[in-house]
Amino acid sequence: MQFSESWLRQYVNPSLDSDALGHAMTMAGLEVEEQHSVAPAFTKIVIAQILSAEQHPDADRLRVCKVDAGTGQELQIVCGAPNARAGIKIPCAMVGAELPPAEAGGKPFMIKVGKLRGVESQGMLCSGRELGLGDDHEGILELPVDAPVGKDIREYLNLDDQIFVIKLTPNKADCLSLMGMAREVSAITGATLCAPKWTPPAVSIDDKRKVTVEDKELCGRFAGRVIRGVNPQAKTPEWIVQLLSRAGQRSISALVDLSNYVMLEMGQPTHVFDIDKLNGDITVRWAKAGETLELLNGQTVTLQGPDSAGKLQEAGVVADQNGPVALAGIMGGNHCAVSDDTKNIYVEAAYWLPSAIQGRARRFNFSTDAAHRFERGVDPQNTVNCLEYLSALIIEVCGGQAGPVDDQVLNVPDRKPVKMRLARAEKVIGIPLTNEVVADVFQRLGFEFKQEGDAFVVMPPSYRFDIEIEEDLIEEVARMYGFENIPDQPPVASLKMSAKAEAKRGVHLLRQRLALQGYQEAVNFGFTDLESEKRLTSATETEIIAVLNPIASQYGVMRSTLWGGLLNNLKANLNRGAGRVRLFETGRVFKRDVNVQEEAGKVAGFYQPQKIGGLAYGSFVPEQWANATRAVDFFDVKGDLERVLDPLHFVNEAAQHPALHPGRSAKIFLTAAKNRIEVGFIGELHPGLQQAYELPQAPVLFELDLDPIRELGLPVPEDLSKFPAVQRDLALVVKQSVSAQSLLDVMAASKQNFVRNIELFDEFKPKAGSSSMADDEKSLAFRVTLLNPNETLQDPQIDAAMAALLGAVEKKCAARLR
Amino acid sequence: MVSLDHIVEDAKRDFLGAADAAALEDAKAKYLGKSGVLTERLKALGGMSPDERKSAGAQINQIKTQVEAALQERRQALADAVLLQRLAAESIDVSLPGRGQAVGSLHPVMRTWERVEEIFRSIGFDVADGPEIETDWFNFTALNSPENHPARSMQDTFYIDGKDSNEKPLLLRTHTSPIQVRYASEHVKKYANADVMPPIKVIAPGRTYRVDSDATHSPMFHQVEGLWIAESVSFADLKGVYTDFLRTFFETNALQVRFRPSYFPFTEPSAEIDMAFGSGKLVGRWLEISGAGQVHPNVLRNMGIDPERYTGFAFGSGLERLTMLRYGVDDLRLFFENDLRFLAQFPA
Repeated sequence: MQFSESWLRQYVNPSLDSDALGHAMTMAGLEVEEQHSVAPAFTKIVIAQILSAEQHPDADRLRVCKVDAGTGQELQIVCGAPNARAGIKIPCAMVGAELPPAEAGGKPFMIKVGKLRGVESQGMLCSGRELGLGDDHEGILELPVDAPVGKDIREYLNLDDQIFVIKLTPNKADCLSLMGMAREVSAITGATLCAPKWTPPAVSIDDKRKVTVEDKELCGRFAGRVIRGVNPQAKTPEWIVQLLSRAGQRSISALVDLSNYVMLEMGQPTHVFDIDKLNGDITVRWAKAGETLELLNGQTVTLQGPDSAGKLQEAGVVADQNGPVALAGIMGGNHCAVSDDTKNIYVEAAYWLPSAIQGRARRFNFSTDAAHRFERGVDPQNTVNCLEYLSALIIEVCGGQAGPVDDQVLNVPDRKPVKMRLARAEKVIGIPLTNEVVADVFQRLGFEFKQEGDAFVVMPPSYRFDIEIEEDLIEEVARMYGFENIPDQPPVASLKMSAKAEAKRGVHLLRQRLALQGYQEAVNFGFTDLESEKRLTSATETEIIAVLNPIASQYGVMRSTLWGGLLNNLKANLNRGAGRVRLFETGRVFKRDVNVQEEAGKVAGFYQPQKIGGLAYGSFVPEQWANATRAVDFFDVKGDLERVLDPLHFVNEAAQHPALHPGRSAKIFLTAAKNRIEVGFIGELHPGLQQAYELPQAPVLFELDLDPIRELGLPVPEDLSKFPAVQRDLALVVKQSVSAQSLLDVMAASKQNFVRNIELFDEFKPKAGSSSMADDEKSLAFRVTLLNPNETLQDPQIDAAMAALLGAVEKKCAARLR
Repeated sequence: MVSLDHIVEDAKRDFLGAADAAALEDAKAKYLGKSGVLTERLKALGGMSPDERKSAGAQINQIKTQVEAALQERRQALADAVLLQRLAAESIDVSLPGRGQAVGSLHPVMRTWERVEEIFRSIGFDVADGPEIETDWFNFTALNSPENHPARSMQDTFYIDGKDSNEKPLLLRTHTSPIQVRYASEHVKKYANADVMPPIKVIAPGRTYRVDSDATHSPMFHQVEGLWIAESVSFADLKGVYTDFLRTFFETNALQVRFRPSYFPFTEPSAEIDMAFGSGKLVGRWLEISGAGQVHPNVLRNMGIDPERYTGFAFGSGLERLTMLRYGVDDLRLFFENDLRFLAQFPA
């Protein structure tokens, strides 16, 4: 809501300067979003009259003017404006004047005595733009003939007036007008409120138009009247044009301007129809399916009627016998709009139910001042008053004769008394209050109330749509008491110890560990582009979760993997010159899943797990003197994860993933529990995707479910053995297709006594033509640690265990001893 | 026979002349070897009278001791020289950088996230979390924001291709407030049979989404929600807790905080919280930092809580905003570009 300070001060004039007034309003919930002078700073510009304007002897486009600026001395000023002519009054910058800078942030422009093409010029005649008053640069600004010569232009045009832009919250419907603002300022500051005064026009004709309101859920009150013989081309009074302009409204025509003026001043939107274009009686009803209406903004809307359930009506209309002529409470139609040829009008002021307007304009993709007000609530008790006010203004400016007011009151909201208990207000706000303090607040707000002991029963005014429950009144008390006056109270509460579960680590610990492994944390949007989602997951379009109203197509679908964002980050950083990239992210990914039921923390049908994922690209360590450079590989990243996840252990099994190299990708399984838990994938980017992303090398990617890798359990230490552990090596030859993990699994499954640990310490592949191994074989060497906690292990026991391990892998993995 | 007097001098000279351990052993043989000078002398004792033998023997032994000491001294000197040589050869350029990995970094917004958790945990707040694809109920309706209410247009909502069990379109949560309702409802169920419900004290940091994208708005951003409900938690408590939070977060008491009336469907009274620094480039400017208020009785009822008995406050703050003010980052977009050069400035 925008308006000028002087307009507000017509109705309430507290003894506060502009800044203090702005602060007081902000602190009462009318947030001043912007506050500035009407015109930028300038000095010594006065009203002057051009006495004569002669052609410059040496320049076609310049004129030499003799000017009376009220100094008692004629000034000679050279001027290039085409409209510079004798007789007109104009703003004149005197010698020594400072004009606003030509560009924002520039230096002010100083006026000196100068020569233009050899002729002395003792000042400058100014255009509106030179004064920062709009963009009109057609010529110098012509002032009314009665403008007093010599008077400071700032004073004359009231240019020190402040523009206030208030950011109103949706509950403050009552402040969507100057009167509403004034009422509020009066309550805040205690300054007296003086309402505008007018005399309702005399009814001099009998003309009426029949109006039938079909639905009370649409229209609660409808008032209208005929005015005949108006002059639509009458000029809007200058002072109204100025007020409107300072409220951000362009002047259009007298009838439209006056309607806007009443809306801004009183908060009641009205509509003026050209009655000669209305065909027959008026009906106020819900739109029927298929009806069309060309609106004032030129847009033609096709109306839908009620929704399939018949519950929600798309929009209300004002209709004549031919069909809709206006979208009720939103915007008028073009056909019956007033024009320069209009003679007779029908003026309407209505109370549309907020529920009948809410959301409608948005569905048509525009917003209007009228809809904005009606959906928040317009005072239903002020309808006729505003109709009379507008009629009076129209007749004053455009002439005409008014018919009787037709006022139908159908469904005006009941005002219900609201009770507020003093003790409750004290409990909610947290300060001691007295009946006097509360009574003072309600008096200032103009609420009717009575006291019942320590409770107040308030009858909310008809313009307040936000007073329905006790808390609404408590809020008013707090607001008027002043949030600033409520102490910052250190809370008093019973102390209850709390700590994070020890057996579960937080995501932050994992983040820190990844960072210590060299990874940089990224944050990407939860939505991504369809193409990347398809190629990274091979998801079909039905599986993919589309965003219905994305801001851009590259954010059109929800991500089901963190890799899309990270790969884009990789690409962008390579383009910026990075050579080695380690990135990770924690965040949710999204998948359709019919198995997800409605339960705590879940939304049925959608799986939204937290993931931690990352990628490594480029040299395995930063380029340095101590290590020969080589590209990062699977095992570097696997090692990173082993350190990050410790003490949890995991194993890999070769597995396919659409985004990964089929021979270099694996599922990750946690081994802590009896059953292995699959927690994610690790692998090198698929060569096809590497090409698609135009990456010189393949990054290694990983992604893990966050929840399972947080579950650690508590440490379970065992007694230290008094007897030494023994180590034996076991070198095996197997087919190259046999994985090291499968040998480990088989040996573990054979459950040998005393075997505490088995570690792979060597892998060897023969050169072609080796005598000891076939070309498709490899050797894997394991170090077995054995221990008997009760006595020293004897060689036969050791030998038996080792033989059994060998026997198991011979049988299950076709291994042989090397 | 050589005079005994000369033997010690001769031996010392010979030992000193030995350049290494092998030469020294050769020199040693000349005096102490099988046919060394001193050995010969000792052998010669056999042919002497007992008296002669006694005095000569003592003299020879004394000389032998001196020769052996000289030998030992020279041995040590040679060993020391060898060690010195080795140490010199083994010296390294200690100014070379350490071997191995670089350390990564933590995203500034996540750094703030973690710190906010730490601060609120210090006064006993729990940390909760919730889904980002949300239902109309949790995001709006339960929060007293019915369909078509003008308050909904304060937040432009992303909708996804999916519906909830009431056939309402699913959405991306526009704020972290739905977690309030989810957490509180579970809390209420858990303590359904208790005489007094233990206080709900929780914060919920998370990602949120709004249809808004320009220099100062990102379609995805982070908020932290706070909720404290107990038998008597007031607006004054909100002021106390949040002011303390800001002073703790920014580690300064030279910070002004103001609460001014505002409107949110889910709180009443509602406040917008502004802060102003006491120094630095933003000194004295009021900066919006949070929305807050006393939880609306309708919301409490939707959580299953009796608003007559329990009251409390909620707040929601933007983590990007806090981060920008904390580190002096001016451009919101930097947080989502993931430029390594930017990220690297926030060490782990």
